[in-house]
Amino acid sequence: MMRQRRAPSMRSHGRREFVMIYDALIAPFTEFEFMRRALAGVIALALGGAPIGVFLMLRRMSLVGDAMAHAILPGAAIGFLLSGLNLFAMTFGGLVAGFTVAILSGLVARSTELKEDASLAAFYLVSLALGVTIVSVKGTNIDLLHVLFGNILAMDDQTLLVIAFNATITLLVLAVIYRPLVIECVDPVFLRTVSRAGAPAHLAFLALVVINLVNGFHALGTLLAVGLMILPAGIARFWSRDITGMIGIAVASAALSGFAGLLLSFHTKVPSGPAIILVCAGLYVVSVLFGSVSGLVRQLFPGRHLEA
Amino acid sequence: MLRFVSIVIVALVALAGHASAQNADAGHLKLVATFSILGDFAKNVGGDRVSVTTLVGPNSDTHVYTPTPSDAKKITDAKLVIVNGLGLEGWLPRLVKSSGSKAMTVVATKGIATLKIEDSHDHGPADADPHAWQSVVNAKTYVANIRDALIVADPAGADAYKTNAASYLSKLDALDRDVREAVAKIPIERRSVISTHDAFGYFAAVYGIKFIAPQGVSTESEPSARDIAAIISQIRKQKIPAVFLENVSDPRLMRRIAAETGANIGGTLYSDSLTDEKGPAPTYIDMVRHNIKALTSALSS
Repeated sequence: MMRQRRAPSMRSHGRREFVMIYDALIAPFTEFEFMRRALAGVIALALGGAPIGVFLMLRRMSLVGDAMAHAILPGAAIGFLLSGLNLFAMTFGGLVAGFTVAILSGLVARSTELKEDASLAAFYLVSLALGVTIVSVKGTNIDLLHVLFGNILAMDDQTLLVIAFNATITLLVLAVIYRPLVIECVDPVFLRTVSRAGAPAHLAFLALVVINLVNGFHALGTLLAVGLMILPAGIARFWSRDITGMIGIAVASAALSGFAGLLLSFHTKVPSGPAIILVCAGLYVVSVLFGSVSGLVRQLFPGRHLEA
Repeated sequence: MLRFVSIVIVALVALAGHASAQNADAGHLKLVATFSILGDFAKNVGGDRVSVTTLVGPNSDTHVYTPTPSDAKKITDAKLVIVNGLGLEGWLPRLVKSSGSKAMTVVATKGIATLKIEDSHDHGPADADPHAWQSVVNAKTYVANIRDALIVADPAGADAYKTNAASYLSKLDALDRDVREAVAKIPIERRSVISTHDAFGYFAAVYGIKFIAPQGVSTESEPSARDIAAIISQIRKQKIPAVFLENVSDPRLMRRIAAETGANIGGTLYSDSLTDEKGPAPTYIDMVRHNIKALTSALSS
């Protein structure tokens, strides 16, 4: 793609080059509505999911996202059993299952000696097993693949509205619990001495994690949904030290991955969901190497970047 | 302790005796068919003399089926296992082996001239398309193969099997004629459709309706944006009149394509499995009749 774009520019004017860039980057979206819808969907996912990912990372809960993604399965499966591939039934079921696992594991962790990660692991594995069982009982196992892998190219009005609605809710709730959430990340002891907002904020935050995972599985499937949450957060960590900056960079890199991933899938034959996550992973590797905050290359040559 | 063991042994022996007595009582030849369409053929040929169990039930996808222990048990009990072959039941050979079954295996597609899978990007170039039953001509070969296998497994019933098969084959002949007549009524330039699952290769080859699929031959593969864009461009360019949903693939994707091209959304085509009793395609003949009706009504309008 790069070579194609450069070759003609040697003897032609900028206009021709512009046309080629337009064809490669913009035309797929003007020509095909499904590409526009996919882009809208992935940007909505980025807006909601990336900030959640940043907080997951700062609270050292990055793997919790993965665990919760599996925990959603039985709820979505029951929704599927009751009403087929119905968006709202599966969304609702997923939310209920996710909340149940989050709350139960929280309760066990608070009231026994088991740590939260261990109890979450136990509950999500039980939940996953239940989900697979429920789906196989019906005998129709092909649709499980749709739950696991989603399809960002099949964004109908309903799916888009659900994703946009959930992203809006996420941003509103995040705005309300932002302060306690940030303080708890930085200094939980201080938060406990000045306010009792810590526990409710934590619960609300877990709820947002579940909402965004359910959101993601319609587009990317339960497995890849986590990728668009955690990878952008990882990227942001290498470019900024303050939370606001990190959230901005995370959202931007998630949206950029969505855009570039869709184009990659359009120009090559890589399936769209994995393409988006792979682009995101590429950005992550670049960030690990060249990031301005503790990037490996910067650490090797610190002198050049010393500031006054 | 010794007494306990002996009681257990007596109980086990009694149980085993009971089980074998049951088998003898039933008097039916036990058949296992891997999926519902084969099961339907077997029932029609076997008639009262056989009891047929299908592993992959109605409305399920054979490509990605995961066998359960009860399937292994069904195979252990069976005298005859009927499979489609051509790589459709990738999971079956191991299941037969692990169940320790002595059942005879019949490959129902034996002797059929196979088509190759067109999309050689996703599969090896030499893969045969397993969906041979979609052509009624091939279905007759299936029936003949099943009849011959039944005669070998149960020579006493040879006459019954021959009579059943002959009457079923004549029904299939009539079905074949009807399908050809129905297709002949569709204008030639309108004889192409888009369907989610290219299980209709044999149907297309025999009856001359072109099927274009947005996904590879296996329902396991996920389409890329490029595949979908290619399909949409193609429908627009060739003015393909109809898009068909299928009972085992993502319907949202089909609706998206239809919305973007203005093609008709046809009814459901049944390809890999029959429906249950209440559905529109509980038997093979019903399935083919349903499909051809859906095709003609979407294409002739």
